[in-house]
Amino acid sequence: MSELKRTPLYEEHVKLGAKIVDFAGWEMPIEYSGITDEHITVRTNMGLFDVSHMGEIFITGNEAHFFVQNLVSADIDKLNEHQVVYSFLCYPHGGIVDDLLVYKYTNEKFLLVVNASNADKDFEWILSNKGDYQVLVENASNNYGQVALQGPNAQSFLQTLTDFNLDDIKFFHFKEITVNGVNCIVSRTGYTGEDGFEIYTKSEDVTSIWKVLIEKGGSLGLKPIALGARDTLRFEAALPLYGNEINQDITPLEAGLGYFVKLDTDFIGKESLAKQKAAGLTRKSVGLRMMKKGICRHGYPVCNEFGEEIGVITTGYLLPESEFSVAVALIDVKYANLDSVVFIKIRNRLVEAVVTTKKFMDKKYKK
Amino acid sequence: MKVIQGLYYSKEHEWVRVDGDKAYVGITDHAQHALGDIVFVELPEVDTEVKKEEVLGVVESVKAASDMFTPISGTVLEVNENLDDSPELLNQEPYENYVAVLSMSDKSELDELMNSEEYIQFCENN
Repeated sequence: MSELKRTPLYEEHVKLGAKIVDFAGWEMPIEYSGITDEHITVRTNMGLFDVSHMGEIFITGNEAHFFVQNLVSADIDKLNEHQVVYSFLCYPHGGIVDDLLVYKYTNEKFLLVVNASNADKDFEWILSNKGDYQVLVENASNNYGQVALQGPNAQSFLQTLTDFNLDDIKFFHFKEITVNGVNCIVSRTGYTGEDGFEIYTKSEDVTSIWKVLIEKGGSLGLKPIALGARDTLRFEAALPLYGNEINQDITPLEAGLGYFVKLDTDFIGKESLAKQKAAGLTRKSVGLRMMKKGICRHGYPVCNEFGEEIGVITTGYLLPESEFSVAVALIDVKYANLDSVVFIKIRNRLVEAVVTTKKFMDKKYKK
Repeated sequence: MKVIQGLYYSKEHEWVRVDGDKAYVGITDHAQHALGDIVFVELPEVDTEVKKEEVLGVVESVKAASDMFTPISGTVLEVNENLDDSPELLNQEPYENYVAVLSMSDKSELDELMNSEEYIQFCENN
């Protein structure tokens, strides 16, 4: 067992009274004031997340544009400078290596932001596909810290700490600006369904950014938000999590994320995905809503009326301020129509649920 | 962490309050704190017979479902139906809110549980 890693903000989490857990090899906070309170704080005011464990991989060089296009499912030709796109790294068979954000500086420079749990695997994958491309691939994960400021009051608060007019950072765009005098990359992106920003700095600067946001934001009701609420927030906003909704054995099409797969471009996995699309899906990601009390959770089997397994819950929760549990499940397409009745196996009992949309809330993005 | 004198405690962080042959069973302050916000409690059915260390119910926080084991054998006489609508009572007043009342089948099992001082020590060492 290798030693657990810590972000530069570990001591700050301990000081704030966080409960700490092992997350993908990192010692990370799972909750501070409580998942429910943190969740509601982000929806109604704003919250601050330490996401310094995320991986940052820079691709630079003459052929960076072509190299990145070969790796990811997005259409990189359509990406403007200082624009960000959500995309996938796929295996040749169409399964997913990881989901990621692609930041385009210029045709010669890209930043790929990947999941902490996959960062090393992704870096190896990218290197193994380098071939003859004239590019430099740099895993800068240890050099960067990252915090996310999310919620309806995120912009008005962050504006007090920078001279740059934040209205000029549009949805899924980024700028290199100073925040409280520190050089940062700031993008209008996030993982909560709210308006907000992700702020990248050099590792040695992230603590000062965190502290000023906590101190000055605290009087406005800002709270630190840990991984527990990060998961309920992203789930409520129908945003997928690698290891749950997507993995090496689930394609983006099955996960209902075909919008982010541009089959008119060329990338690793494209042929398999085009074939899958032409043949039709055999399973599909759907929303489920339970009809009775109880909570459906990741990994619980989904069955038909005869008790035969037809799929599995990929994420499930009883969300704050909800009466009934909701879930996202990957199930046999035969049962995937809206309002179909299925049964979730909870500790050997079959509990009725109805197929719904996965959008358990309306996203509040500022576009 | 709050611990009450006069109760029996298990290593799984349940408490037992004895009233004649009846045992009130709940979860400790340490347990509720470790679980976080409790949002659902699956109660046992009345008349169910349970053996010591078998699953009595399931306590679910936002994050996870955790089995609750009975520290004592017996038959379920009563369950705390308040928890159906207000599971958060286990966070707020863990010692005032039992999960179930058992008719004990072997009172000598109480000797294997800890008293409050022993439980405090157990928590400090684990």
